[in-house]
Amino acid sequence: MRSDRGQRAPLGLKIAAACGLLFLHLPILLIFVYAFTTEEKSFVWPPPGLTTQWFAVTWNRPDVWDALSLSVRVAAISTAIALVLGTLCAAAVSQTRFFGREAISLLVILPIALPGIITGIALRSAFSLADIPFSFWTIVLGHATFCVVVVYNNAVARFRRTSGSMIEASMDLGADGFQTFRHVVLPNIATALLAGGMLAFALSFDEVIVTTFTAGQQQTVPIWMLEELIRPRQRPVTNVVAMVVVLVTLLPILFAYYLTRDGDQIAGSGK
Amino acid sequence: MTSAVSFKQVSRHFGSVRAVDAVDLEIAAGEFFAMLGPSGSGKTTCLRLIAGFEQPTAGSISIFGERAEGVPPYRRNVNTVFQDYALFPHLNVLDNVAYGLMVRGVGKAERLKAAEEALSLVRLPGYGARRPGQLSGGQRQRVALARALVNQPKVLLLDEPLGALDLKLRENMQEELKSLQKALGITFVFVTHDQGEALSMADRVAVFNDGRIMQVGTPEDIYQRPNTRFVADFVGSSNVLPPDFVQRYSGQHRWGSLRPESIRVSSATSGNGVAARLVGTNYLGATTRLALDADGLRLHAVVPAGTALPAEGEAVMLTFNRDSLHLMDEPA
Repeated sequence: MRSDRGQRAPLGLKIAAACGLLFLHLPILLIFVYAFTTEEKSFVWPPPGLTTQWFAVTWNRPDVWDALSLSVRVAAISTAIALVLGTLCAAAVSQTRFFGREAISLLVILPIALPGIITGIALRSAFSLADIPFSFWTIVLGHATFCVVVVYNNAVARFRRTSGSMIEASMDLGADGFQTFRHVVLPNIATALLAGGMLAFALSFDEVIVTTFTAGQQQTVPIWMLEELIRPRQRPVTNVVAMVVVLVTLLPILFAYYLTRDGDQIAGSGK
Repeated sequence: MTSAVSFKQVSRHFGSVRAVDAVDLEIAAGEFFAMLGPSGSGKTTCLRLIAGFEQPTAGSISIFGERAEGVPPYRRNVNTVFQDYALFPHLNVLDNVAYGLMVRGVGKAERLKAAEEALSLVRLPGYGARRPGQLSGGQRQRVALARALVNQPKVLLLDEPLGALDLKLRENMQEELKSLQKALGITFVFVTHDQGEALSMADRVAVFNDGRIMQVGTPEDIYQRPNTRFVADFVGSSNVLPPDFVQRYSGQHRWGSLRPESIRVSSATSGNGVAARLVGTNYLGATTRLALDADGLRLHAVVPAGTALPAEGEAVMLTFNRDSLHLMDEPA
């Protein structure tokens, strides 16, 4: 691709670009605006009046807190499981050669390639076959299937770029397996794990399809929101929750983005 | 003479591939030892067996009298300078060098001081704060050397240490490695496919082929008295002479070798000597390399530059000293 830095883009192109960006982001702004509207039964434009009362209302609704807390706990535990299993799997696949290596690599990625509804149905029938009652842990299991993939993909890409002889060098210099992991492997894959972990957390946090099949009666934030939209009562509460979720997730993702960008530069300059 | 590294009938097989096949080897303490051979000849596997990255399929290895089979790399008093240097990109140069001391629990002040000294030893004082990515290839190699030496290993292993450097740097490093080895008195074992490097640096050379050691000896032994056609050909491209030819000059029906520089070329057409035809000349600076055809036998001769030469295609007479004709052990 060419980049003519000195040349200015034509006006038409600029307008088109602006329209594209507006199309992407105006709906999100609308969500924010409706959080302040005085009309509670339906979303009307323009809002008849502005108020901040919904923040107080939201704060006092226990169902909001239950959903948020469930989502955060599920996302945190799924991400933790994914970090451990995804890293181990990535290390095995990228550092060693064994029979069935390619097959394992494909099987690990499969849950994210399959439609969520397949994963969901499969898990639900597996749980009922095994007589496992729906609980917090069934949701975590469902989410871990795709969280592992995200961490795995990030870690495998990083492992491929790190020189294999670095691990041998560490052992050669007197570090046992644990010390090598702590002082050489972990610092080299840390930013990849952070990025993978953030993404896994975000994926788990807004997952709907697999969750509906594995949650039973419990409500995570996205499922709570769907239910809320069906009921015409205190609708702006949904928008307040949405706004908080956007703000809370955006900051760590920006942070992760800057961290990995920096890490790529360090890893790249070593070559 | 204490033995630094001793191999007794050591084999390392990867499936059906015999990377190292029943090798016996004694490396003396304080020796500068080269393992020379083409790629895939087993020399690097031997190095990795000493380092502990590979375990022998059969046979026994001892390092300074201690059995080494089953001992992991981190419990061997042996350090390696890797071919790609394998510096840790997330640590600065000083922390890279101090790594071995750090994992052994040496205090921070002490290990940084030792690392600084090691950097001075490889003539990189004051480079500690830099990142490996900011160094040139030659500097990275010095850091890798310092990182290994700071642990005061009993044996230092070098895997193709000069392979990635350009010619000038390589010549400097050869001298430097040699004087460093003399000063420290540590046993150096290095792997190379460059016969010039092996001959100029090592006290003794082992020539590898197909997982076996063909010959072990001083550079002079290897160069002047190769025991097989392979060694003669691989080390300095000697002329390999077939038994029938050798019999005419020595009376023995054996393979022989003749160094290219031992052959004198004259434009006389009669007299004692081997009649040949000059088929090509190759100007090499200080010397000129001649390709000769002696009744179907291809020979090479090296003469000082400036020697008056007949034109290509003309008949020449080759003479050599009987003493310089070396008879090889290899059966005819």
